[in-house]
Amino acid sequence: MSDKANLVAGRSGPFEVVIGMEVHAQVVSEAKLFSGASAKFGGGPNAHVSLVDAAMPGMLPVINEACVRQAVRTGLGLNAQINLVSVFDRKNYFYADLPQGYQISQFQQPIVGEGSIRIDLADGSSHEIGIERLHLEQDAGKSLHDQHPTKSYIDLNRSGVALMEIVSRPDLRSAEQAAAYIKKLRSILRYIGSCDGNMEEGSLRADVNVSVRRPGAPLGTRTETKNLNSVRFITQAIEYEVQRQIEIIEDGGEIIQETRLFDTQTGMTRAMRSKEDAHDYRYFPDPDLLPLVLEQALVDELAGQLPELPDQIRARMTEEYGLSSYDAAVLTEERETALYYEQASSGQDRKLVANWMTSELFGALNKAGLDLSASPVGPEQLGRLVALVSDGTISGRIAKDVFAEMFESGGEPEQIIEEKGLKQVSDSGAIEALIDQVLADNQDKVDDYRGGKDKLFGFFVGQVMKASGGQANPGMVNQMLKAKLDA
Amino acid sequence: MSVDKDTVKKIARLARIAVPEDQTETLAGELNGILNWIAELEQVDTEGVPPLASVTGHPLPLRADQVTDGEQPESVLANAPEQASSFFVVPKVVE
Amino acid sequence: MSDLLKLTAVEARAGLDSRAFSSVELTQAYLDAVTATRPLNQFVTETADKALEMAAASDARLAKAEAGLLEGLPLGIKDLFCTKAVQTTACSAILKGFVPEYESHVTDQLWQAGGVLMGKLNCDEFAMGSSNETSVFGPPVNPWSKDGGPALTAGGSSGGSAAAVASRAVLLATGTDTGGSIRQPAAFCGVVGMKPTYGRCSRWGIVAFASSLDQAGTFSRTVADSALMLQAMAGHDPRDSTSANLPLPDCQAAVTAGVKGLKIGIPEEYVMDGMDPAIMALWEQGQKWLVEAGAELVPVSLPHTRYALPCYYIIAPAEASSNLARYDGVCYGLRVEAESLDEMYAATRSAGFGEEVRRRILIGTYALSAGYYDAYYLKAQKVRQLIARDFETAFASVDAILTPATPSAAFALGSKQQDPITMYLNDVFTVPASLAGLPGISVPAGLSEAGLPLGLQVLANKFAEDRVYQVAGALEAAAGFTLAPPRAAGEVQ
Ligand SMILES: [Mg+2]
Ligand SMILES: [Zn+2]
Repeated sequence: MSDKANLVAGRSGPFEVVIGMEVHAQVVSEAKLFSGASAKFGGGPNAHVSLVDAAMPGMLPVINEACVRQAVRTGLGLNAQINLVSVFDRKNYFYADLPQGYQISQFQQPIVGEGSIRIDLADGSSHEIGIERLHLEQDAGKSLHDQHPTKSYIDLNRSGVALMEIVSRPDLRSAEQAAAYIKKLRSILRYIGSCDGNMEEGSLRADVNVSVRRPGAPLGTRTETKNLNSVRFITQAIEYEVQRQIEIIEDGGEIIQETRLFDTQTGMTRAMRSKEDAHDYRYFPDPDLLPLVLEQALVDELAGQLPELPDQIRARMTEEYGLSSYDAAVLTEERETALYYEQASSGQDRKLVANWMTSELFGALNKAGLDLSASPVGPEQLGRLVALVSDGTISGRIAKDVFAEMFESGGEPEQIIEEKGLKQVSDSGAIEALIDQVLADNQDKVDDYRGGKDKLFGFFVGQVMKASGGQANPGMVNQMLKAKLDA
Repeated sequence: MSVDKDTVKKIARLARIAVPEDQTETLAGELNGILNWIAELEQVDTEGVPPLASVTGHPLPLRADQVTDGEQPESVLANAPEQASSFFVVPKVVE
Repeated sequence: MSDLLKLTAVEARAGLDSRAFSSVELTQAYLDAVTATRPLNQFVTETADKALEMAAASDARLAKAEAGLLEGLPLGIKDLFCTKAVQTTACSAILKGFVPEYESHVTDQLWQAGGVLMGKLNCDEFAMGSSNETSVFGPPVNPWSKDGGPALTAGGSSGGSAAAVASRAVLLATGTDTGGSIRQPAAFCGVVGMKPTYGRCSRWGIVAFASSLDQAGTFSRTVADSALMLQAMAGHDPRDSTSANLPLPDCQAAVTAGVKGLKIGIPEEYVMDGMDPAIMALWEQGQKWLVEAGAELVPVSLPHTRYALPCYYIIAPAEASSNLARYDGVCYGLRVEAESLDEMYAATRSAGFGEEVRRRILIGTYALSAGYYDAYYLKAQKVRQLIARDFETAFASVDAILTPATPSAAFALGSKQQDPITMYLNDVFTVPASLAGLPGISVPAGLSEAGLPLGLQVLANKFAEDRVYQVAGALEAAAGFTLAPPRAAGEVQ
């Protein structure tokens, strides 16, 4: 899969970029993965902490059923293999915010195996991105380094919160694809309800593995940039890494396989100072836990209860509604958007509603800094506005003004049109009168037109529309004007 | 399989146990003694034998998703060697 | 010796019920015994005030006829069980001063049954040892040590528990057994030590050594007392994922049920080179007793027995290396201050762990490290499977297995410290059953030439503790071992 379009030019020729992502998604649950403490974000220091999370002597893990179900549901949403037997392992390493001295994770036998995610890009292309695995694991606590000049402060509120680590194949070829991937993954998780996707609070964060190579060459050495918590940072980090690696290679250097950190201030990555000594995590099955065994019946039950997912909705939108795959992807990114669209476009011109949403509505929301859920224009109102355009009550031009007014005041389209007298003139008698007046006032141009200056047609249309205050039905104006002039 | 001084240092580093330089040799000897004794296991034919995962034979029990614990920072911090404002405190960590 | 100290737990319960004496009286007698036996270094923490308080509460419940199974009985607790508001150290410098905010499931059950906490008992550091010499508090002395003779080991790791029961400083005590840590010290001290099936007693709140092997159990002077105590401490605990949700069979009835018609397996591989002839003779005597009681002897083969110790000494240290990673000076326990976090870790763990614990952590770390996992840990878990299968095969044709408990009688403190492997060999008869998760008991059955107690071990299939007690009860009745050690309370000057 060596897309020409994705090659990056270096001084000495093109490079291909290879990206794989490891995404940590916090599972939506009340309690933590192995303890009864709250999984809620926030709280006072060490408030959401049980003695299990603090790894007190003799404390033992017991797994949260809801987290298991969420992982299975997510696996189903990623069209992935659900493993009926999976094993929890200990990943051993020392860190201040890891009280056990190990993270309970899944290594050789994850709960979810291979799956895939489809991404749709603005240029109309679609790509299948392979998912290698999804496994359940514990989050670590949080170290605060800015509270004291020589000390770090440790808060264990996050310690033990359930995470799904979702590992992609190195199938991504550009920062744009990586951004589309994380957006799509986030979208699927939010549809399923297994992760709230809140990147700012760290509910979703990505480790990005980047390497470059000459087209067709074997894989280059990769670096891993950790803990990116926004789509913008992911894009920036990849772009920075690609340039950095290409420069090193072109200067005759070699890429070192290492873990890097992204500086959100400078947009640059740097090698971690505390080099974790040659990763030797000494994984072994956690003897405090037994193999996790799932019944196929449970998997089937969860599959049956899964909501319609973006790809299924998108397929309906392109096949039945005739939307472009990009528009469909945009409208299905968020479940609320898709629901809004379905409601607004029900019984209406589906494509027209899609255009109105992606241009006018999203534009206005963006400008006002509002979420769709807070939109002053509801789906039904938007649908009615589009209906009024479709049936010729108002022109598209006027509709934009009406929309602006609706967005401003929250008013109903019919009312606004009525109050402001914006109804489109479709009375042929009235239009004819306007046309006659315009032609009479511009006899010289009529002669020029009839003498062969076709281009003047637009001038007459404009004059008639102007005379109508923009309310004349443009289709009728066109048609009747043509008839008069060509008579 | 034999443990040399460098291996001792590597393992000690992984285990976060300081081993004074003058003890690495002795320790390597001791560990080798134990490892040679353990090596007897190589004689056992384990072809096709699954590792024993658990002796109890029951599957992993699942617990209900309910908040039943936490909200006790005093208990959590009761034995802390150093604390401040309900945080554990450690020497500064440089990433 | 106060007459109260001569009572078994079952007898003491009857005396309390009939109001022949109160729990406060009984407890006071034992508190005096605790004081008298202090030179034996059995306790690491004494809780006299708490004991009298609990005894008074027991008397109140006895008066209201609300007595529990162990109501009013003075108990000693191995210092590996976390006890709320009572220092719990695992006999390690790294946990000195640690006061848990919680009560282990097992001890909680014991208090609910009316038990009285006399204090925390000495053991090997993190239960790693077979002589109790790795304890940061120094070893307890076996009460069978003779005046003027060398101080003998009480065995390990639950040496303090075995010694305290033998010396009449407590009536009953808890222990934990990972590879023999209940059965071996019980044999050395001439008391009954029971390790139930893995999963029978919750591990919640017990300082972990090797999670897949650790199992709590009992120390008592009689088999019936053991059954009584196990009844109180066993039970399903949803906080321990490995805890079995199966009812305990009627062990107390089993003690006197006899062995008529039972098939007793005698494993040929337990005859070892250089075995103490007294041990061999005792084993043969035990077989004779059982036959006389109506049992049938069946030779069985446990072909992987000789691999059990090496297998154990991979699995246990590997799990321990991970279980002990939490002792890092951050959230609790010892901290040795240093400039950086990593230096703090290393300084704390080097100062806090003793030599044997450090050695096992290093072995375990090595066995799990990249490139060696398959050769060591994975291989050991496969061999463990074969060992478990050996027992499965045997139990298809026998009801119980009889073996010696230890290869020798108690040895002198300091005599086996130079070479770790010599020390490890102490557990040769107990480790195989630990790997298979089986219940096993050690019953005092005779004396060595030097006049030291020797034990026989009875093993049964998983969750068949009643079989263990049936056979143990028969052995006890036949052996009639009722001797008190020379340095028991009252005999100690
Ligand atoms: Mg990662
Ligand atoms: Zn992870």
